[in-house]
Amino acid sequence: MKFAVLVFPGLTCDLDMYHAIEETVKQDVEYVWHTEADQLDQFDAVLLPTGTSYGNYLRPGALAKSSPACKQLQAFAESGKLVLGVGNGFHILVEAGILPGGFLRNQSLKFRSARETVRVENNNTAFTKDYTQGQVLTLPVANEFGNYYADEQTVEELKNNNQIVFTYANENTDGSTEAIAGITNKRGNVLGMMPLPERAVEEIIGGTDGTALFQSIMNNRGEQHVN
Amino acid sequence: MTNVTIYVTLRESVVDPQGIATTEALQKMGYEEVKSVRVGKLIELQLDGSEETIEARVNEMCNDLLINKVIEDYRFEIGEVVSK
Amino acid sequence: MSINHEPTAEQIKENRLYLQMGMTDAEYERAVEKLGRTPNYVETGLFSAMWSEHCSYKSSKSVLRRFPTEGARVLQGPGEGAGIVDIGDNQAAVFKMESHNSPSAIEPFIGAATGAGGIIRDVFSMGARPVALVNSLRFGDLTDPRDRFLFEEAVAGIASYGNAMGIPTVAGEVQFDQCYSKRPLVNAMAVGLLNHEDIQKGVAAGIGNTVIYAGATTGRDGIHGATMSSSELSIEEEQELPVMQAGDPFIEKLLMEACLELVQSDALIGIQDMGAAGLTSSAAEMASKAGYGVELNLDLVPQREENMTAYEMMLSESQERMLIVVKKGREEEVIALFTKYGITAATIGHVTDDKMLRLLHKGEVAAEVSADLLAEDAPSYQKESKEPASFAKNQAIENTEPQVTNLKETLLDLLQRPTIASKEWVYNQFDTGARTNTVLAPGASAGVIRVRGTNKGIAMTADCNSRFIYLDPEVGGKIAVAEAARNLVCSGAEPIALTDCLNFGSPDKPEVFWQLEKSADGISEACRKLNAPVIGGNVSLSNEVNGVPIYPTPTIGLVGIVHDLSQVTTPGFKQAGDAIYLIGQTEMEFGGSELQQMIEGKIFGKSPAIDLDLEATRQQQLLQAIQAGMIQSADDLSEGGFAVALCEGTFGSQGLGADVTVEGSAITALFSETQSRFLVTVQAEQVAAFEEKVQDAVKIGTVTDGEEIVIKDAEGTVLVEGTVEEFQTAWKGAIACLLNSED
Repeated sequence: MKFAVLVFPGLTCDLDMYHAIEETVKQDVEYVWHTEADQLDQFDAVLLPTGTSYGNYLRPGALAKSSPACKQLQAFAESGKLVLGVGNGFHILVEAGILPGGFLRNQSLKFRSARETVRVENNNTAFTKDYTQGQVLTLPVANEFGNYYADEQTVEELKNNNQIVFTYANENTDGSTEAIAGITNKRGNVLGMMPLPERAVEEIIGGTDGTALFQSIMNNRGEQHVN
Repeated sequence: MTNVTIYVTLRESVVDPQGIATTEALQKMGYEEVKSVRVGKLIELQLDGSEETIEARVNEMCNDLLINKVIEDYRFEIGEVVSK
Repeated sequence: MSINHEPTAEQIKENRLYLQMGMTDAEYERAVEKLGRTPNYVETGLFSAMWSEHCSYKSSKSVLRRFPTEGARVLQGPGEGAGIVDIGDNQAAVFKMESHNSPSAIEPFIGAATGAGGIIRDVFSMGARPVALVNSLRFGDLTDPRDRFLFEEAVAGIASYGNAMGIPTVAGEVQFDQCYSKRPLVNAMAVGLLNHEDIQKGVAAGIGNTVIYAGATTGRDGIHGATMSSSELSIEEEQELPVMQAGDPFIEKLLMEACLELVQSDALIGIQDMGAAGLTSSAAEMASKAGYGVELNLDLVPQREENMTAYEMMLSESQERMLIVVKKGREEEVIALFTKYGITAATIGHVTDDKMLRLLHKGEVAAEVSADLLAEDAPSYQKESKEPASFAKNQAIENTEPQVTNLKETLLDLLQRPTIASKEWVYNQFDTGARTNTVLAPGASAGVIRVRGTNKGIAMTADCNSRFIYLDPEVGGKIAVAEAARNLVCSGAEPIALTDCLNFGSPDKPEVFWQLEKSADGISEACRKLNAPVIGGNVSLSNEVNGVPIYPTPTIGLVGIVHDLSQVTTPGFKQAGDAIYLIGQTEMEFGGSELQQMIEGKIFGKSPAIDLDLEATRQQQLLQAIQAGMIQSADDLSEGGFAVALCEGTFGSQGLGADVTVEGSAITALFSETQSRFLVTVQAEQVAAFEEKVQDAVKIGTVTDGEEIVIKDAEGTVLVEGTVEEFQTAWKGAIACLLNSED
């Protein structure tokens, strides 16, 4: 399996994703700089790391739309192959219209770095099959705009389609709608999440609860969303 | 050249964490008459182009990039045409 | 008369306009004499910037010479952007600490952010990838709204820059004292890693080679920042200060990636950050260090504002800019490299053989001064030094115990002192785990970063107890280094080298200069004894508000090696039944202690004493015990003394408590700040081996699973008893609570 870590300017944690693939599923992985993304379809999965793309100017994730890679990313997502965006990568997926919703500043109004308990709400996706339903994970978060927002109608749709994959299990510190921590698109091939599974793949850096997410991708890459 | 000023606010249904904090701060400082604050942003554009199309083009820009309609509302003012 | 109405050379001389630029009469005369003519406006600006304290260390040079700067591991000592030490396997650690105090006093968010940005550039300009950030912060008591504002904004500023760069902040310290009110200290340290062959220097060598400018455009921001940062701040002056240079971490991240790629190219000759005094210092220093000259055409400098003068361009401190020298003929590929990252780069000049810094602007020579004259020939002052009357007075005071009636209440109060309380409120705003190498994040004794691809770690800490230094600068200087080393040792690391940030009052005050000299002596001796040379640093003088100097604060940024990551140790207790040991005797020493400040509202008397030989022995023995796997947890005893460290051991555990017995006077046993002491826990099966290894360890109790803290005296009387939760709640919420208080 061949992974691309798609790097928009300012996505500083490209290494984290790259390393997580090497550490967990040990597959081919390449950095793809945003101006060189015209061959994206040769990859089996695209990973969008976290960071501060375009300085988070205008709105986090918004200015990625100015890059040709955004169209290529949209096309890749439409092809049904797997896309994972974490942190600022999730922002980009939302701003690019690949996932629904929007992001507000954290309730604390501050950047917040912490370990959060996260519940697996749907283990029937290509990203979460190796978890058990309802499993509670400990994953790091690090962001200033982790406050996910969706209006009632969107939430209704997300629920009806089982698109809410992760929620904050104990405290919803940043104030996300319905304590949402991660969602997929309708088809289930794109996952966006604020917690950072790629930073939880080794005991020495603080835990391994993220490992199963990458293993799930590896084991279930051919499968699509099952409600 | 035309000046366009776009006012961006969070949609009414969206909780505004900055606004709430600012309301509380002002009240703490003795401005008890303050009942609510909404913090938005202001975007100033200077653009070329014909007057007839400006409104449509600015709306397009807002939809394409400047605004996330899930969370934000906007309105804009087209300023005087200033010569270069 | 020029179109910008710049004064002529004659007017500058006649009206002594150089005084406004921060030059003295004697300095101006020295410049005239060495130059052989009166300098024009631009040239006077070059002199004033390069001969400022910030760039030339003219007042502190004599003190800096005292530091030991050599050692087997040192690859680059003071003088470059950052120092470099060998860490084995052909790799090296690159680091430096720098102050951004003045800007942070005026505009704390921007000031602190650009401080972080500047030190990161210093590290990547050496060819190293920055892997971790550390900060050391000082603020007034949080009871004053202005000090609360400075604190909140400075922390947010550092966070905004470091987080956006994707460089984890892994260690730091914050202390609060009235002496820093409205004059905060913001010291930032960056640590990078590189392979030996990638070490770069800021040199402009090779006649005809090309000078390239890369990074953000030049604006009128921060003009004369270097002279400003060397001057005292008075409250009235705040209005007149120059436009602050704002930072853009987004540009810096791209600039960093481009520079690190450039380092791999054989086209590169030299590279240097445009830091203080911007284009002036980078051009003059690169030429001077290489023994060449540089000619720049300022018309080619990328500018963000119209009609900028040569003076403005040379003295601008716009952020995120690098000056680069590349082989002639390779310009295009280098510029293309920057363009790929979206960074502006332009050829602006070339290297000459005449050792001059020559500036062309609008077809004329705007300035022509010897690069050595600017970079090397600044005056050097032996400032007057005088022992302050308060020193002898303090030395004459007998050591006594502060009056304490309720030990438990006192402990709870101490735990809520912002200097002792949990710094979670601060470090939760920092991205501590970016790039997945963080083994120990803030909250432990030191930060530890894994060296990817090895089983080694780099440990780092920043420390300085300025109260001790105020009472006794020499002893306090020793303590600062020793405490930093203790923090590394407790984390399982061997200290290898340090950087310092010497934050003092005005050097024109003989009493302040005496503090500077004496503390440098103390630091130097501790460096020798603990085998950690100084490989770089920064001096920040004139930290005063309305004529009152801060406590002398020579912050120590110490770096060490963890030889095997399995040896990384934390302060938190691990397992019920483990034996609790106190290493080191406790004396009645409260001068400058947190308890004294809390009870008396001021500090006085003698600083705690320190015996560096004893310190070194204990550190070695403890480190060996850690490396041999004998130790479960380790913490040094610092502010608040034994009782605070004991509490912290339980806070860092999962539901464990402690039951201990102390000897002698309870107040001293619990709260004295005697140096060279450690609190460690040891598994039952390791007890014998541990006791043999660490001579001064005394068993004082046991880790319990009761979630209670019990401290008894030798007769069995309970001195302090309470749940871990009540102590922890006090400690954890104190800073947030102070910040939310109204007044």
